[in-house]
Amino acid sequence: MNFNKLECISNVEWKINASAGMRVPAVIYASEDLVRDMDDKVYEQVTNVARLPGIVKAAYAMPDAHWGYGFPIGGVAAFDAAEGGVISAGGVGFDISCGVRTLHTGLSLEQVMGNQHALADVLYHHIPAGLGSTGHIHLNGPQMKAMLLGGAVWAVEQGYGERKDLERIEEHGCMQNADPEQVSQFAKKRQQNEMGTLGSGNHYLEVQKVVEIYDAAIAHAFGVHLGDVKISIHCGSRGLGHQIGTEFLKQMANSAKDHGITLPDRELACAPINSAIGQSYLGAMRAGINCALANREIITHLTREAVQRIFPGAHLDLLYDVSHNTCKLERHQIDGQVKELYVHRKGATRAYGPGHPDLPPDLRAVGQPVLIGGTMGTASFILAGTEQSMALAYGSACHGAGRSMSRRQAIRQWHGSQVIQQLADRGILIRSPSKRGVAEEAPGAYKDVSAVVESADQAGLARRVARLEPLICIKG
Amino acid sequence: MDTASWEHFEHKADIGIRGYGDTLGEAFEQIALAMTAVVADIDAVNATTELSIRCSEDSDDTLLFAWLNALIYEMATRKMLFSRFDVEINETELNASVAGEPIEIARHQPVVEIKGATYTELAVYRANGQWVAQCVVDV
Repeated sequence: MNFNKLECISNVEWKINASAGMRVPAVIYASEDLVRDMDDKVYEQVTNVARLPGIVKAAYAMPDAHWGYGFPIGGVAAFDAAEGGVISAGGVGFDISCGVRTLHTGLSLEQVMGNQHALADVLYHHIPAGLGSTGHIHLNGPQMKAMLLGGAVWAVEQGYGERKDLERIEEHGCMQNADPEQVSQFAKKRQQNEMGTLGSGNHYLEVQKVVEIYDAAIAHAFGVHLGDVKISIHCGSRGLGHQIGTEFLKQMANSAKDHGITLPDRELACAPINSAIGQSYLGAMRAGINCALANREIITHLTREAVQRIFPGAHLDLLYDVSHNTCKLERHQIDGQVKELYVHRKGATRAYGPGHPDLPPDLRAVGQPVLIGGTMGTASFILAGTEQSMALAYGSACHGAGRSMSRRQAIRQWHGSQVIQQLADRGILIRSPSKRGVAEEAPGAYKDVSAVVESADQAGLARRVARLEPLICIKG
Repeated sequence: MDTASWEHFEHKADIGIRGYGDTLGEAFEQIALAMTAVVADIDAVNATTELSIRCSEDSDDTLLFAWLNALIYEMATRKMLFSRFDVEINETELNASVAGEPIEIARHQPVVEIKGATYTELAVYRANGQWVAQCVVDV
């Protein structure tokens, strides 16, 4: 990205002053190196977001920002419904409520490494992953409706997952005010055999070891210690979310003119929150969030079953579950006044600071766990929301590494079997139905996640707590 | 000479697909092949099961968006891959016969699931005497 148009506020904060139809400025939180490598499309997209009606304060880009659909991936923006604010399907993304959860295993590194191959195989066979895989659960109409209303709470009621998981999930495992009636029959049909499936692309289940602790006090409060073995799951709302996204993208693009909205980019399709279509999307999107929460809860249940086959009696507690493709109604301080705003986080993780009332009581003193997924060869990070994160970008941080290379470039550079062998030489086992899929997701095709996390930490968006490296990766 | 062909083009996070043909219908057939090739080797997909797809939109590019999303929906709900496409376009209406087979994970080794067609780089146009249809798909 060209630095000429950016005002340097600090070494990790860059401002684009409002001009040419921008209602508010845009702010990029990233180091100079990360900004230099950012696509010019990020500049175009974040300034386009700043042009949308009812946007409050600024449009934000996180350190991992890259070219998305309408919004940059790694984009955060809040809208005031009373000021004509909008909701955007592109600002949430196709994979509604895609997110990460991390489980404690209570197992030692020696135990896991002594059974690494067996554990990799049982996880791979027990958890449906990749295109063409089918879940064990098939939902009829009333069950689908109950799932879309209940989220992870529904899953637990059905016997998948544990009740105490719920307090460690955003929204306590159930997004309120979901409206399954707004979810089309197409979307429901696309989901009926997909519950408890991991999906494909950059989605994964990983067994990880904790290799570094940055903040001992917070790590202790999170139950994270050097040498611990954790399991992280990255997936979303599967076919249902994709179908909702596709349908509303079209509807919002078609109706924008009727609402007097000029779209700088068709992908930025949006509708006033206080419009029929805005409310319809909100109800459908919230149902999509519940689908993702239910899905990750079911996969957690399957993970527990699989792990217990190798380690009878193992107990996997949930550290936390975050969603990084959402729009949520939240209370934020704006110029000394509390306002209810619709906060879009597209490829951005909520990062509430210490004391936030929505955090579970035992985490309230230290802030929300922020789970950042890496690639299969690098590292993942656990961060914590900070005191200042609420004022910086509505309590938001980055979500992952972000690609540095296209899928085409990646398969020209690597073969899947070669990537699998190189990782095996480093003690990392990969299980995937597709060799080409592994090549497309090669660690070298992604940006340096450490640099992204360092920028988030320096900017004060979230504090670094721990670094985890993969031992086993199940790829869809 | 039949110059129908397809290709993939670069997009940082996802992938672009493009079809060329002497007619609009042929360009739509080719871009569908390009989409299957995102997921699997087309030559490994047998055209054993046939179904028909219809859609109607008031412009060429929104018709392309509808066509690709209809295919994505059939792929997802039937768990199939398609390798043969016969497309007829009459003004704003598309009638297609498509053929493929259910996904066999071991044989097809599906790379990635396509979430949806997008408006990014979505275009239908004529260049060098040919029809071109293109789109970025979210994977």
